[in-house]
Amino acid sequence: MSDHFSPEEIKYIARLARLTLSDADVSYFASDINEILRYVRKLNELDTDEVEPLAHIIPLKNVWREDEVKESLPVDEVLSNTKYKRNSMFKVPRVIEE
Amino acid sequence: MELYRLTAHELARMIRGKEVSARDAIESLLKRKENVDSKIDAYREEGVGSKSVLVDADNVDAAIRRGEDPGPLAGVPIARKANLCVKGKLTTCGSTILFPFRPPYDGTAIERLKEAGAILYGCTQMDEFAMGSSTENCGPCTKNPWDQSRVPGGSSGGSAAAVAADEAIAALGTDTGGSVRQPAAFCGVVGLKPTYGRVSRYGLIAFASSLDQIGPLTKDVEDAALLLSVIGGHDPRDSTSLDIDLPDFREGLDEPITGLRIGVPKEYFVEGLDGEVKGAVRKAIDELVALGAEVVDISLPHTEYAVATYYIIAPAEASSNLARYDGVQYGQRRDSGALLGMYEETRQDYFGDEVKRRIILGTYVLSSGYYDAYYLKAQKVRTLIKNDFDEAFKVCDVIVTPTSPTPAFKIGEKMEDPLQMYLSDIFTISANLAGIPAISIPCGFSGAGLPIGFQIMGRPLDERTVLQAAYAYEKSTTWNERRPDLKWITKSS
Repeated sequence: MSDHFSPEEIKYIARLARLTLSDADVSYFASDINEILRYVRKLNELDTDEVEPLAHIIPLKNVWREDEVKESLPVDEVLSNTKYKRNSMFKVPRVIEE
Repeated sequence: MELYRLTAHELARMIRGKEVSARDAIESLLKRKENVDSKIDAYREEGVGSKSVLVDADNVDAAIRRGEDPGPLAGVPIARKANLCVKGKLTTCGSTILFPFRPPYDGTAIERLKEAGAILYGCTQMDEFAMGSSTENCGPCTKNPWDQSRVPGGSSGGSAAAVAADEAIAALGTDTGGSVRQPAAFCGVVGLKPTYGRVSRYGLIAFASSLDQIGPLTKDVEDAALLLSVIGGHDPRDSTSLDIDLPDFREGLDEPITGLRIGVPKEYFVEGLDGEVKGAVRKAIDELVALGAEVVDISLPHTEYAVATYYIIAPAEASSNLARYDGVQYGQRRDSGALLGMYEETRQDYFGDEVKRRIILGTYVLSSGYYDAYYLKAQKVRTLIKNDFDEAFKVCDVIVTPTSPTPAFKIGEKMEDPLQMYLSDIFTISANLAGIPAISIPCGFSGAGLPIGFQIMGRPLDERTVLQAAYAYEKSTTWNERRPDLKWITKSS
């Protein structure tokens, strides 16, 4: 594991998560995040080569349901939480250039 | 006796028996809130919806007059944490990014409360997206009713404080790493985290999906049993919800605990555990023994790795769950004219610092080159932690520990040091990682008059034994009858 999460890496990772950090933000987060990462690297004390990962506590198999048409939420109610809409759709800025 | 002081089972019995009306109960609570909440800030500013709850109460009273039975929670006002969706009611998860979201549907737990006759009463304060242990990652922060200079715990701090100050008959919270149990301990009330999968998460705004579970905060153990019996059970809308019969947990609650084997893990009584907390929990164990239980010394050897495991898995899941806050469908949007700019500016401007910290951390541990070293490693250690419990439950029926290493800490004390804040959940996190049920119940007070709670953990799906042990203890002590005097409010007002 890398020992230090550099300011450049923090900026890069934040960008992946669609956060644009200022330089001041980066220095604010850098020391905390590095301290937390140092702490969680404690897990390296354990040998886990033979251990299976646990994603879910309950051994659930695929949960199937019948493929039936059911009533869904009314479109106008679903759209009621944004002012950016047109007809029955959410409106977003242009994605494809003209 | 003021109606606001009652428990849910007492109030429901009186309303169903026509001794009091649902309207009287609501009015008593509204008055109580008016008198104390400006100082405690247990409820969010969106309030309790005074008009609509009075209409709801009148409907319950009318049904009773017609000879109908509205259900086991007839007319009982129940508060909900701000991350549980109620149709048409402001539900913002303590975050400005989701303001002013009004869900177009009820979550399953909410729907079941309504079906049982309860009145959805008020939206309680919480740390933004449930990320916190003190209800300070929001504004204004909730005050501990026992001492206004201290936190109520978190992230369900508003729900815990509301119940402790008799501003709610009972409340729902959510518990991802201790967020029901730790505030219950800090505020001197009962808090139950059910087995993962026992209560549907449909309509719970997700934080860490493999750990999140809805649970009740109540004035006594019987109410915790009652509420779980109402909100639990299979729901096809949550694929992790267990298709297993839901018992009525109040039946057999008073069975004696003779011969119950209580495991006491040595890893929970270590350096860092406050002396007064340790003493109170030891006394609680003695009391359980006096009631007929047997103590078994056990070991949960991977306990010291729980916090580290959690702070990889929870942020990883959160970073994925919180990707949905992009400005498109609900909440706030920064309209920058370009799609990417809209995403970035919306998230940058409206997420708080702790949320950003965890999104960055979670994105990092899932990113290419680090996934195996952090995330996969944590999932493997999660297996080891679960195995510890499986081994322990071969020789004991429940496990008893402190809920939190200290009583409530001071407001602001840990805000500059996230790691110290994370370590306050050291005794509660393992139950989420292992998916097992756990309850916190009051077991004493510190010299400074702060409540102390202890935790009883049980086998997966064995809430019954956990509740029986808690009930037996509660009945043999009087801790749950104590309430904060709130002199600090009456003096200043």
